[in-house]
Amino acid sequence: MSGNIVLQVEDLHTSFFTRAGEVKAVDGVSFFVREAETFGIVGESGCGKSVTGLSILRLLPEPSGQIVGGKIIMEGKNLLELSKSHMRAYRGKMISMILQDPMSSLNPVYTVGDQIGESVRLHQDLPENMVEPEVISALRLLRIPAPEVRLKEYPFQLSGGMRQRVVGAIAMSCRPHLLIADEPTTALDATIQAQYIALFEDIQEKTNVAIIFITHDFGVVARICDRVGVMYAGKIVETAPTRDIFKKPRHPYTKALIHSVPQLDRKDERLYSIEGQPPSMMNLPPGCRFYPRCDVSLDICKEQEPPEVKLNENHSISCWRVK
Amino acid sequence: MPDVLLEVRDIVKHYPVTRGLLQRTVGWVRAIDGVSFSVERGKTMSLVGESGAGKTTVAKMILLLERLTSGTILFEGEDIYKYSSAELKKNYRPKVQSVQQNPWSSMNPRMRIRDIVGEPLFVNTDLAKKDAYSKVIELLEQVGIGPEGMTRYPHEFSGGQRQRIAVARALALHPNMLILDEPVSALDVSIRAQIMNLLKDLQNQYNLSYVVIAHNLATVRYMSHTVAIMYLGQLVEFGESEDLFERPLHPYTRALISASQLTLPEDSEGQAKQIILTGEMPSPLNPPPGCRFHTRCTEAGERCSRDVPEMRKVGKQQVKCHHYS
Repeated sequence: MSGNIVLQVEDLHTSFFTRAGEVKAVDGVSFFVREAETFGIVGESGCGKSVTGLSILRLLPEPSGQIVGGKIIMEGKNLLELSKSHMRAYRGKMISMILQDPMSSLNPVYTVGDQIGESVRLHQDLPENMVEPEVISALRLLRIPAPEVRLKEYPFQLSGGMRQRVVGAIAMSCRPHLLIADEPTTALDATIQAQYIALFEDIQEKTNVAIIFITHDFGVVARICDRVGVMYAGKIVETAPTRDIFKKPRHPYTKALIHSVPQLDRKDERLYSIEGQPPSMMNLPPGCRFYPRCDVSLDICKEQEPPEVKLNENHSISCWRVK
Repeated sequence: MPDVLLEVRDIVKHYPVTRGLLQRTVGWVRAIDGVSFSVERGKTMSLVGESGAGKTTVAKMILLLERLTSGTILFEGEDIYKYSSAELKKNYRPKVQSVQQNPWSSMNPRMRIRDIVGEPLFVNTDLAKKDAYSKVIELLEQVGIGPEGMTRYPHEFSGGQRQRIAVARALALHPNMLILDEPVSALDVSIRAQIMNLLKDLQNQYNLSYVVIAHNLATVRYMSHTVAIMYLGQLVEFGESEDLFERPLHPYTRALISASQLTLPEDSEGQAKQIILTGEMPSPLNPPPGCRFHTRCTEAGERCSRDVPEMRKVGKQQVKCHHYS
């Protein structure tokens, strides 16, 4: 894998300050994504994967959500140091986002054309008569049939799969360098999901966009991601190329997750299951966060957080068992 | 002789579409159009299909939450539509219970766990409250919730624990059958395996029959003995789980399996074999003529858009496709 690094996240810390105390939703996350590459962030609900995505765009619900440390570097600039208006120029134009539920990310009272046009007008200095062709080319990029007709339609007139394509068209309308997709296929049916993923691969080939794909579904990860970061309780515990995550997982949590997902091509008599639940983010255990649920824990795991160890250029892991 | 607990014969459900002041019927949504299957005692049958295929409507009809337009449902050999409402309450409803998909909406947030799980007992038995509560403690213990949970409220539990509580409630009346509508899809990956294992253990312990509604095929393979694939209100394939996954016959089944298979990006052979269907499921308001799947089928011939295929036996499986006639 080569290609320029589009985005680099270094030691990101994001916290929510609530009446009950500080919730360290993202606690020291580092990763990067290259041009034309898809980096997956996988984890269970509450592990901080969506907050990581929102932090990159600086769209946290303020004032409770705050980025308290780290760097997010794009084109040599730290996005966290940009002024609000400068950041706005990045959002939508350089970095865009697709959310899980297309019905709640589209405005029901505006047509598809209006909503894609909004982003085109805001970010591209185009004369008005050039906006519509641009909207149509965005719809074409997402392979929406009959774009000239569709752009006059409202979201309720479209199926779930088509709506999610419209959301994709808005996100891609300004040809961003980075796309953050937060569970974009979760609300879709299996066969429609397969269509959507194939479409994304095609778009990436055409535009070289870097994609951060946030999901809980290992099946989707296997299909689309080049590299994966597995998140648990606010930290990335293992980062590796997708093949290694599936064939040679090293972190006990990654291993357990992969074993607990039933596979289509084998019949299990009994599924491996991880006992217990992820820790409360208000009250994290000292030491390794996975320690209370880990089968192979050592004494040190209880007391000290494991450092990140690089196995090779692409594979890094935080576990005391791996040195 | 297989020990059949539930038999569904050629059931149909059409919903009227009404318009205008007089609510004239202008069309029919053909939600279910002739579905037949049977479920054996102690076994699991899964209904698989995409949203709008009619899976949940089938479940509602088994639970008698919807009336059939036509067809027959037999439970322990008896036609449940011949029961009076008193007989239903005695002979049918306690024996067939359900667990819903979303454990956040299937419980009253203002009731304590002991009353949520105890409610079926209060309604259907004349147990004194004290005895009912001690029964609730037993039920909760079976699903791995300690007695300290009795006086708590649903919001104090995680999703996986709530789903356990929902299972405890469904078991309260010693049913023979549970209808599980997407029992694990709202849960996290690491919790899913716990709940699936729990359901399997309970099935073995009480010889329960399950009707599982699911869209995740890997889950289905793990859970089921028989599988029914639905498309646009009809069954397109039915068979033993092993046969169906090893040798899927219907092109739609093959596409679904392909969509759920784990294929790594470097696996170019696997990628090439992947079947990606074009288009979407048509509207049940106006289903296509001939085979309902022909508009998306990669193998459709001329006959498929003209003639309606029959359900045929191929080996031990049943399939509704012209390619097997």
